[in-house]
Amino acid sequence: MSVVDRPIVAPSTGEVQDSPEHHFLNHTHGFLSWALTLDHKRIGLMYLVGVMSSFALGGFFALVLRLHLWNFKDSWLTNQTYNQVFTLHGAIMVFLFIIPSIPAALGNFLLPVMLGTKDVAFPRLNLGSFYLWLTGLVLFLTALSITGLDTGWTFYTPYSIETQKGGAVLAATFGVFVLGFSSIFTGLNFIVTINTMRPPGMTWFRMPLFLWATYATSIIQVLATPVLGITVLLLAAERMLGIGIFDPKLNGDPVTFQHFFWFYSHPAVYIMILPAMGIISELMSVHCHKGIFGYRMIAYSSIAIALFGFLVWGHHMFTSGMADVTTIVFSALTFTVSIPSAIKVFNWLGTMYQGTVSLNTPMLYALAFIFLFTIGGLTGLPLGALATDMHFHDTYFVVAHFHYVMMGGTLVAFLGGVFHWWPKMTGKMFNDTWGMVSAAIVFVGFNLTFLPQFVLGSRGMPRRYATYLEEFQDLHRLSTIGSLLLGSGLVIALIVLMHSLFYGRKAPRNPWGGATLEWECSSPPPHDNFSSAPTVGDPYDFSGIEYDAKQGGYVKKA
Amino acid sequence: MQFPLADKVQAFAWFPDGASSFAPQVDWLFTFILWVCILFFVPMMAAMVYFMWVYRERPGYRGSTEALHNTPLEITWTVIPTAIAVYIFWEGAIGYLDMARIPKGTVDVNVTAKKWVWAFKYENGGENSFEKVGNADMPVLVLPVNRDIKLIMRSEDVLHSFYIPSFRVKRDVVPGRYNYMWFRPTKTGTFDLFCTEYCGDNHSNMLGKVQVLEEEEYKLALEKAVQEPEDPLERGKLLYKRLGCSTCHNAGSEGASGPGPSYNGSWGKEVPLETGAKEIFDENYVRNSILNPQSQARKGYGAASPMNSYAGRIKDVQIDALIEFMKSLQNEAPRAK
Repeated sequence: MSVVDRPIVAPSTGEVQDSPEHHFLNHTHGFLSWALTLDHKRIGLMYLVGVMSSFALGGFFALVLRLHLWNFKDSWLTNQTYNQVFTLHGAIMVFLFIIPSIPAALGNFLLPVMLGTKDVAFPRLNLGSFYLWLTGLVLFLTALSITGLDTGWTFYTPYSIETQKGGAVLAATFGVFVLGFSSIFTGLNFIVTINTMRPPGMTWFRMPLFLWATYATSIIQVLATPVLGITVLLLAAERMLGIGIFDPKLNGDPVTFQHFFWFYSHPAVYIMILPAMGIISELMSVHCHKGIFGYRMIAYSSIAIALFGFLVWGHHMFTSGMADVTTIVFSALTFTVSIPSAIKVFNWLGTMYQGTVSLNTPMLYALAFIFLFTIGGLTGLPLGALATDMHFHDTYFVVAHFHYVMMGGTLVAFLGGVFHWWPKMTGKMFNDTWGMVSAAIVFVGFNLTFLPQFVLGSRGMPRRYATYLEEFQDLHRLSTIGSLLLGSGLVIALIVLMHSLFYGRKAPRNPWGGATLEWECSSPPPHDNFSSAPTVGDPYDFSGIEYDAKQGGYVKKA
Repeated sequence: MQFPLADKVQAFAWFPDGASSFAPQVDWLFTFILWVCILFFVPMMAAMVYFMWVYRERPGYRGSTEALHNTPLEITWTVIPTAIAVYIFWEGAIGYLDMARIPKGTVDVNVTAKKWVWAFKYENGGENSFEKVGNADMPVLVLPVNRDIKLIMRSEDVLHSFYIPSFRVKRDVVPGRYNYMWFRPTKTGTFDLFCTEYCGDNHSNMLGKVQVLEEEEYKLALEKAVQEPEDPLERGKLLYKRLGCSTCHNAGSEGASGPGPSYNGSWGKEVPLETGAKEIFDENYVRNSILNPQSQARKGYGAASPMNSYAGRIKDVQIDALIEFMKSLQNEAPRAK
């Protein structure tokens, strides 16, 4: 038996295990053992439950909106309520779900395991990040129950200064401030972990691409999020103290708020997409049983996207009246970010070429990502181009574009990742057939929801409208039907996962045939992941990995 | 340059019919980008589906674990998209500069945005009318066809944004500053106007209609636009500016500073005339001063450039309004010059 084929032995019991009886989930028991855990895997799972619940809440609001928009006027919500619902939908999705989702839920679980180490660099800070996230959640729910927040998730001034719903604005901005710190500390933790805790042999270019993606994301989290914190603090100060920075009545400039806000919020969308791209790199290589095409370019492009992403915030403001030179420079820089993303997509397709393609649930989500993210990215072109953006800005075209990249991109990759690492995290296999059904329904439902919105925007339908012109009703109704289908697909995905917890067969160490380190420990991993630091090879060397029918999983043949 | 499918795109009516001089360029650029997208997306997805099938896992098939690089291919798929991106940016920037550079000799309209209604003021001082659409009263912006129009826009409260889809133009309306935009309508007709920056409860009701008319009809519409407020005092204030009184007389607290006497604090008081007599500054005095100014010139203003009579140019109700305005000035204390 070669070294790598030796099963992992639990340090405490000496028991040889592949799907062990004793692992991190039952290592200790009781509420406090979870509430005060320092185990990154438990923290990751708690985050997973948290972000998925937030997603459900945000998604509920989305369905409320889409059902209201069934009728072009005199529908079932008042204008005021509609405005509050779209505000909460956006704020919950952006701050409570998407930004934390992949780094906090999957990243926390996977980073140390992929690095063959016991935990992240700062386990207590990690738990702290989780509690900050929970505090932000509570503040947001408070803003929800104090009726009123209706500024949109972007809090543009002067409306957010003068709106009477002051308590809600302050609660929500404070929630954002706290959530920001959760994000910053997670980013900091990951940077230090990747810099200092790589095992012998894992040079930078022998890291799995998910770690490259996480690293690039963490840089953005640490550098950009403080700007958001300061921005919301300034907004609160403007409301409470009248400092006169954004309020035109006090000689402030309302457009300044937009600069501050988007200086964070544009890099934030790269916080959302980079980890998703990292997941896709993993999924494509594992399920094609082939190394990723153009590894170095993918690694470099992750860093390039993170850095260029800081230079383009003005493209959210092309119609705001910025100077012409400024506007043109932002447009030029915006196009530079499109190239690294395009290269990644080509590389993923190149990975499939001459590979051995396993079609299963994670792979279907990954393929759906490629389709949907490409549409999202390509529709960024008419938005980045100035002449056309004058027409499209603040219309449904933008809404469709960002849902394609954030939902068709990040969410779909997140789901693919959850399915892919589910056996590792829970020790259970799920029903692959129904998983694939969920992927198909999500794919069809998503396109039906958002493709009509491109047309709506082109025809001039503005965003954030509670009522609209009758000529837009048919397209809106198509979109609503799509959203119900999309919701059903997501519910099916949830049921598949929950069902597996009770009825799934035990997962082997390596159900998919991956070559990265997380597939060398048991499913679920023991409390401290590895009893000794494993030796590291090429994370995408699939040559020695074969399917073993007896185990129902893959093993490494020496 | 007409692209294949361009007329299908129009017919399928993705965009509302273009009605401004910008529409051709914007629509052309969009169609170009659309074709770029199609020419990339379709082959890529076809390749994806093809690879899913041809390389699928099946007994007896084993794919390669190599094929991880192809430098010429990677360079190609970096350079070509970069070149296309640069070109799209370039065309977008050029189109934008056309929109940003405001020509001379425009027909100017002042646009005021406030929650939740648009107000338009024309060069002749007239203000917009309203048109009933369903239950709503929509403000109507009348414009002449084939003339350059410049909008000078400000907001009284929060951010708004002025958007006419058929003209392919949009500009935010920002409180605390003026934003400018221009366009040339090329078709007559009625077009939708939307507020497209969220501004609160009735953001989705902040709509308008843009009526583009031939020159003659436009002139007629403009005359009808000369509107005055109902309230006499307000009307008086408006007329005082609109009728040009303010150019010679001032009503502020600065004291007399123009060719004509100030009205400030005069109401009800005795004022000296050039003839040496004294008159009470009352309704009759005001009416006479407007209709027959030289008959009671104020002391010290005999040599001043004579004021022209407004007889025939002013209505009695307007004089009433101006009287209300004069009355309202009686309590202002004059400030030092």
